[in-house]
This record gives sequence, C-alpha cells and structure tokens, in this order.
Amino acid sequence: MTLACGPVTFRIGSDWAAPIKALDALYSDYPKPQSTIPHFTVRLEATRWWRRWIAPSIAISGDFRLPEVAPLALGMGLLAAEMAMNLQVALGDRRFLLIHAASVEKDGKALILTGESGSGKSTLAAMLALKGWRFIGDEFALIEPATGLIYPFPRPTSLKNDAIAAILALAPADRFGPLLRDTPKGDLRHLVPPSDAIARMHEPARPTLLLYPRFGAKAAVRDVGKAENFVRLTQASTNYVALGETGFQALTRFVSDVPAIAVDYPDSATAIRTVNRLWKALG
Amino acid sequence: MMDARHLAKALADPPYVLGLDDRGWAALLAMAQAERLAGSLAVRLDGLPIPAVAREVLRNALVTAETGRIRALWEAEMARRALAPLRIPVILLKGTAFVAAGLDAGRGRLIGDCDILVPRDRIAEAEAALLAAGWEWVKPDPYDDTYYRTYMHELPPLIHKDRDAMIDVHHNILPPTARTGRADAAALIAGAMPLNEGLFTLSPEDMLVHAAAHLFADGDLAGGLRNVWDIDRLIREHAEIEGYWQRLVEAARRHGLVAHVSRALRLTHHLFDTPVDAFLAYLPRRSDVAFMSRILARDRWGRETQKALRFAFYVRSHWIRMPSLMLARHLWTKWRTRQRSR
Repeated sequence: MTLACGPVTFRIGSDWAAPIKALDALYSDYPKPQSTIPHFTVRLEATRWWRRWIAPSIAISGDFRLPEVAPLALGMGLLAAEMAMNLQVALGDRRFLLIHAASVEKDGKALILTGESGSGKSTLAAMLALKGWRFIGDEFALIEPATGLIYPFPRPTSLKNDAIAAILALAPADRFGPLLRDTPKGDLRHLVPPSDAIARMHEPARPTLLLYPRFGAKAAVRDVGKAENFVRLTQASTNYVALGETGFQALTRFVSDVPAIAVDYPDSATAIRTVNRLWKALG
Repeated sequence: MMDARHLAKALADPPYVLGLDDRGWAALLAMAQAERLAGSLAVRLDGLPIPAVAREVLRNALVTAETGRIRALWEAEMARRALAPLRIPVILLKGTAFVAAGLDAGRGRLIGDCDILVPRDRIAEAEAALLAAGWEWVKPDPYDDTYYRTYMHELPPLIHKDRDAMIDVHHNILPPTARTGRADAAALIAGAMPLNEGLFTLSPEDMLVHAAAHLFADGDLAGGLRNVWDIDRLIREHAEIEGYWQRLVEAARRHGLVAHVSRALRLTHHLFDTPVDAFLAYLPRRSDVAFMSRILARDRWGRETQKALRFAFYVRSHWIRMPSLMLARHLWTKWRTRQRSR
C-alpha cells in the first residue's frame, strides 16, 4: 500500500495481510497521494520463513535498517509499521533537520515540545490539539534548512499506558486505533489527529517557542540557555550529523530564533495553564 | 520477474528512466537503496526531467554521499597524520581512494570504512602509531584476533574512540591463504601514485585488479553490483590513458588474477555496456551466468532473492579463502565458540 503524510510518501509491504488492513483503517482519513512513487519503502517481513505461520514474528525492514531493532509479534503489526516508518524518516531523510518533538500551531506560529520519551510531550500535544491548537506532529519536528519553517508530519499519536485513558476522556472514540496490550512500550493506542490537522498537512509554520516539558515533577519554569539548548537538540536530532554544515546552520538559526523554556508539571491542567501563560507572554 | 537489471539499466543508460511508471520508480529507488547505489544513481540522473519525489529521494542520497565524502577525506587525513612520523607511504584503497583522487567512481558513492595499505614489514609500527593516536580494537575474541594476524591480509579492524570511524589496515589485497591469486604487495606499493604529501592511491591498473579481486576472490558477492559499477567507472575514466589495457594485462598476470579481471570485464560489459579489451575479456565462461544471477538477485521491494544461489556463493566465499583442512578447523572453532556463547 502507499500512504502519504505531510511531505513524506511511504510504500508499505507486509508478509501478512493484517498489518496492512490495520494501517488502512488508521489512515482512512488521509488523502491518497497523487503520485505513488515513495520516499521510503517499508517492509514487514517474517524473521524466518516459517515464522510467517508459526509464532509469527515481524522483522522491521525497508530502505534503511538498524540491526538492533527487536522483532515484534504479529498482533503488534500496527506498532511495527509505525516504528518502521519512523525509522525510515529518522535514518534516510535529508530534506529536513529532524528533531524528536511534538508540535502544535496557532496563527502560523509553532509551539514545539521536545524531551525524552515519558516526558509527556505527546500527551500534551494531543491535549492542546483538542483545545484549539492545530496539531503539527508527534514524532518529528521537520525543520526546513532553507527557510527555518517547520513542516507538518501529522501521523497518529501513539498514546501509552495512563495517557490512553486521559485522552479517551477528551477525544471522540472514533479517532482511536485498536488497543495494543503489553507491547515493549506498555499498553499502546493510536490517536488519529483532528481532521483539520490532516487537511492542512502541507501548511508550514514559523517555530516560535520551544518547551522541554517534564511530567511528574513539582511545577517549575526555567529558561534554557542557548548553549545547553543547542547540545540537547543535537542529541534530539536523528540527522544533525548526517546533514553536515547544513545541519549546523539550520540548528544555529533555530536556537538563536526560538526561545527555550523547561517546564516541570505535576498534572496536565497545570501544564496547559503554563503553556498558555508562556505563549501569551511572547505577545 | 524483475531483478536488479532494472537498476543496472538506469545506471548504464539514464534516459531509460524516462519511460518508467510509478511502480517502476518505486522498484528502482528501493533497489538503489538496497544496493547502496542511490547516490551513484543520483549523479547519473542529474539534469533529467524526473518525478518530484524521485528527485527528492535522490537528493537525500547525494547529501548523504557528500557528508560521507568529507568524513572519508578527514579519516584519511587523520591516518596520514598518525602515520607521518614513521615515514611510510599510506596508500588509500577503494572508496576513500576514489574520492581522494576525485575519480568518477567516487561521485555519489557511499564509503564504508577507511581502507589503507602499508608495507607488511612496517605494519606493527603502523598499528602502534594508530593505537597511540586513539584507535582501538573492535574484536575482543582472541581466536578472531589470532586468525586475522596469522591468515588475513589486514589487521583486525580498528575503531577510533572519539570519531567512531573504522580503519582497515591492509598489507595486501588478498589473504595469503587464498586459493587463487598471489597478489604482489611489493609491486602494488612500488606502482602507487602520490596524491599529496604522504598519501597515495594504487596505480589505475592495480586499482582495477583490486576491485576485481575484492569482488570475486574475497567475499560472497553481497552488494556486488556496486563493485561492478566501480569497475565500469574506473575503466571508462582510465581506458583513455595510453597503454592502459597493456598494463592491466601485466598487472593481472603479476598478481595471478587474470581470470578474475577477465570475468570482471565480461560482467561489466554485459551489465553496463562498458568498452572493454576483447583480448583480456576473453571468452565467456558458463559460470558467468551464475555470477550474473547472484549480482542481480534483488526484487522490486529491494529484497534479496535466489536464496539457494546466495548460499552457494556464501559457501564459495569460505572455500576460496583457504585450503580445505584449514577451513574445516576454522569452521569447527567458530561452531564451538557459538555453542559456548549460547
């Protein structure tokens, strides 16, 4: 099957029908690309020929591969496909500076949330997207080096564990994928972005504020200095080194243009209040 | 069924791609990525009116190749600086040599490790100097280490602790235990061409002999299409030099690799329509067909095909590397190590 999200088209092949069917359902709202030429080919293959039928086990493969990625059971086909797509972009894309971050937009200005997994950035972005912000993306922020603009890549958000119930209380039930239990990341359920985010997935935004959210700590706000910010973003980027001088220039520009603030928060309500306050303070 | 001839055609005759539909493009791009030839394809298709997505994919590959090129040149320079006090010639091999010499074969090419050749009687000094300059051992296994040092044409791979870059220090282009070919390392070094202070490449004819040896006498032909493409590029660039073919014959004879060079010429001519010397290419052999199928074993999803044939070439890669008794001992030791580590 061919599937397009924002500026990236994927061709996805699988040894089994189930993962493709699950993807088809999850991406049913996304418009089909005009050209079926893919940027990346993704393959979900049996780890051994007989593992197609007996204790089916999916190896994540495609144009770009990492040997250390562990195989997944067939029941987690959707997770395997999502991981495989992310891996292609992370390792293969050179059009954008890629930063592990979730982003939302208002009035053409983008709010970017970065940090380690478990920091709550995905949940926070999903909540903001349900409260009047446009959802830009959950996995990667795509920064175009020539313009400094961020391009939407609004793939379904993978909600984990407690975040699933928290968002289920807010979003319509038909925006959720199937519940995947006991994945290597715990319980996992995909949330399809609001239709407005999908309809506007070719509309870039100007990066305006970068936050480092941290869930579970006492409420606190701290400015992140440019040097610290730069180093942390090189670590949060999957292709900073591979881009060479272009990557350095894009990141330097980003760090000097976009203020960065670390936000510790004990609960979502506090986080959203803080985000709104910081956003207003920018003017 | 489609195989990697699809990719070979696009490389050899770029206007071929103008007739492709979306499916044809999808197959071409996946094959090019799988064969690590996307950058080379990008160079070849430059300037042609191709679909936007294909252009974006190929531009990605070019960016990757360019970053790799700069990195490879830097690694060569780091090796030069580490070895300069010893006053031994550092001869760059394969991809690093191609980009350092600015050859067509290096354009868009992905480069793996930094491969260098030094005189065998100076290799211990070279090793010590590299260790002192921050390179470290990769393989902790004592058997592998002894194996490399006793039977191989190179040191066990070294990796730089800060830059995470690997260097392979060769003293020859084939293992001394190989069944075919007795590459004359002294002649390789004597014929080397200076690049700049302290760095050299092999002579054009030895470069080709090395590419053929690497393809047919040292491995299972995985990723072989890229090696054949190297050979095509090298020939097209060097064949115009007066006396090239004569010197190539002499070099192939000197290193005992006439059959390999000859087969390389036949395959590159067949795949890429490379102009080759009829005398040296000689007559086709029946086994050429198997080599061709092995090199082209790729489907439209970029997957390897021809499982049995690939396995046969894998077995061959061991067979050609050492005599039978030694091979039996080697496999036995490897098997026992594997059992123990379970």
